[in-house]
Amino acid sequence: MCAALAARESGASVMVFECAPVEYRGGNSRHTRNMRCMHNAPTGVLTDAYTEKEYWEDLQRVTGGNTSEQLARLIIRGSVEITLWMRRYGVRFQPSLEGTLHLGRTNAFFLGGGKALMNAYYSAALKLGIGVLYNAEVEELHICDGKFKSGKMLLNGQPAEFRAKTLVVASGGFEANLEWLEKVWGEAARNFIIRGTPYNKGKILKVLLDHGAEPVGDPKQCHAVAIDGRAPKFDGGIVTRLDCVPLGIVVNRYTERFYDEGEDLWPKRYAIWGRLVAQQPDQIAYSIFDSKVIGRFMPSVFPPIAASSITELAAALGLPPEKLDSSVREFNQAVRPGRFDHQILDDCRTEGLNPPKSHWAQTIDRRPFYGFPLRPGITFTYLGVKVNERAEVQGLGRNTNIFAAGEIMAGNVLGRGYLAGFGMTIGSVFGRIAGREAARAAGC
Amino acid sequence: MPQVADIIAEGKRLMSVCNACRYCEGYCAVFPAMERRLTFSDADMDYLANLCHNCAECYYACQYAPPHEFGVNVPKVLAEIRARSYEKNAWPRFWPVSATWAVMAGIIVTAALAGRRATTGADFYGVISHDVMVGAFAAVFAVIILVHAAGFLRFWRDSGEKLSEAFTPAVLLNALRDGLSLKNLDSHGAGCTYPDEHHSQARRWFHHLTFYGFLLCTASTSVAAFYHSVMGWSAPYPYFSLPVVLGTLGGAGLLAGPIGLYRLKQRRDTAIIDAKQDSMDVSFLMLLFLTGMTGLLLLGLRQTNAMGLLLRIHLGVVFGLCLTLPYGKFVHGIYRWAALLRSALETARSQH
Repeated sequence: MCAALAARESGASVMVFECAPVEYRGGNSRHTRNMRCMHNAPTGVLTDAYTEKEYWEDLQRVTGGNTSEQLARLIIRGSVEITLWMRRYGVRFQPSLEGTLHLGRTNAFFLGGGKALMNAYYSAALKLGIGVLYNAEVEELHICDGKFKSGKMLLNGQPAEFRAKTLVVASGGFEANLEWLEKVWGEAARNFIIRGTPYNKGKILKVLLDHGAEPVGDPKQCHAVAIDGRAPKFDGGIVTRLDCVPLGIVVNRYTERFYDEGEDLWPKRYAIWGRLVAQQPDQIAYSIFDSKVIGRFMPSVFPPIAASSITELAAALGLPPEKLDSSVREFNQAVRPGRFDHQILDDCRTEGLNPPKSHWAQTIDRRPFYGFPLRPGITFTYLGVKVNERAEVQGLGRNTNIFAAGEIMAGNVLGRGYLAGFGMTIGSVFGRIAGREAARAAGC
Repeated sequence: MPQVADIIAEGKRLMSVCNACRYCEGYCAVFPAMERRLTFSDADMDYLANLCHNCAECYYACQYAPPHEFGVNVPKVLAEIRARSYEKNAWPRFWPVSATWAVMAGIIVTAALAGRRATTGADFYGVISHDVMVGAFAAVFAVIILVHAAGFLRFWRDSGEKLSEAFTPAVLLNALRDGLSLKNLDSHGAGCTYPDEHHSQARRWFHHLTFYGFLLCTASTSVAAFYHSVMGWSAPYPYFSLPVVLGTLGGAGLLAGPIGLYRLKQRRDTAIIDAKQDSMDVSFLMLLFLTGMTGLLLLGLRQTNAMGLLLRIHLGVVFGLCLTLPYGKFVHGIYRWAALLRSALETARSQH
């Protein structure tokens, strides 16, 4: 939508093909909350300062250098005034607040979240005369010498054709394409839950790659977190996330612990647990804790399963009761005394346990006992198309008229890892660039 | 019709979704109040329901709104819980809230037919004696105050909070400011999403016209009563006297406000409304409008032969309005303000 608005600003006549019905428009942006913005002084919605240097260092750290410095700096600098641009289209931000992730300094929060943001964009688009077609699933592109000529889509299930002078693709990754997921991760993928929109099937990504577009980002990686195993297959969004992992123990279906739950502060660790759970038998794990830690983590949508003893809890979770009981007992015996503080890296740890629990280790002994089933929840996939600083898709030809924005090109700067709110920054800044350049290429 | 327990249970289910999401926390007072809790009692649901001003901003922003399988529709469910809380807290219950229409019509017709027929120029008490008028309204006012106070206290008792803690200057001031300014329909200056998803200040302003019109009319009547009883000045009062000016402005507010609110209501997004409350809402708007209209007509035609009939009708309408106040839409203000008071108290406490 940023691309559509920017192209219209440049004088182009614009048509948006939205694959989803109106209620689910806006892809994964609908589930987002905030975006990461560089700023050298406090603004109304951001505290303190977040400099280009710090931003770039954060990005280098999370991606392990798997990024393009040129494009990354373009995005970081572009994030300075992006909130002002967004406000012009009716987007509202909320005053900085104390959230559980402490992002008030680095991230600007959309008032009401991502769907409110998208509503503002669609409302602005309507006023500016941008056409929007819903249930418009683009399936094929006719590309000749690197140039897009026309395309075919299913509009409300009926075949339709379209042509345009230029094209911006902003159709996301392939995280909702179950067949593709299974091709990459095998049968394990059947147990994955897709946290976001069911409409990111990667169709256009595949079309472009088939036409020779240069791929970018690891095709075998996805961003996955451990979420409530009872979550819906698609679109569960934020409410299915579980923040209780570091406060208890996590066991697999054989009641074995498999990773240090207290390795580091949760905001720095939550994103590895999707992969950890995906590596366990049947891609399932269980977070077990007791009543001592209730109220110390954000509530999630489904209440935990509760029982008055570990064996009863095991039965309720479908785990072997005696084995869970002995796992908990073994853990409890390894817990060393310390001063518990879940806000810092405290000194509550285990000794002689493999794997250890390095922080927040407390005995699990105060009833009632609780458990959550955990499944890998996919947020997005990294595979995308390479773009240059004008958002032109690379590999198609020198004079291509195809531009890319959003998740489909995020892999250029986010080859792996994640930085909270950076996806929206990429989408917004590159959306503007793609829209402006597409309009220019169309002769506007 | 869903059972009461089902409605409350649905409200609690929604709160468990909302409390895990919290994207709406910047919108209104409901969400910060929700975040102060991990579990929700029936009384908590009544509180949140009455704190909700039904702007529906959270519905339009909701990633879990229907057709999503979580089916989150906070404004609608809270409206249903709210209506139930009116019934529950009304005491003594002379008639069900749903019978307001019938009661109102009966009173107006009776009043129009009653009274002495002698009419002379603008002599109201020639139509209905001063003593009867004052006696009847004094009785009604006593009932209104009693029933509303009872409702307020019953609602407050459920909260488990001490009223004395809320009656501190800072808390009272915040609650009054939030109520009188309709801060929760303002959404940081953008206005509320009423009647559709686009922000607008229309509802807030029409509500202001209605509410302050009502206050001005009450003030007009009080000043007139003071003039009559204390100062010994008899009606009719000149056009530029205080009671007439207050009454005229108030009457104008009661014409414009309810019409505006009614028209907005007709265009309201049907996904959000609790249709069962239409009759309660509309009857109240109608009575307010009729109060303003008959009052202004009476003022304009007080020198004519129509005065007698108009006065009886006006008094009938006002009488009907007053008697139905505790059992109609008017109570929303009582419970809403009680909820705002509790919210102000909780906010003050969390800041310490």
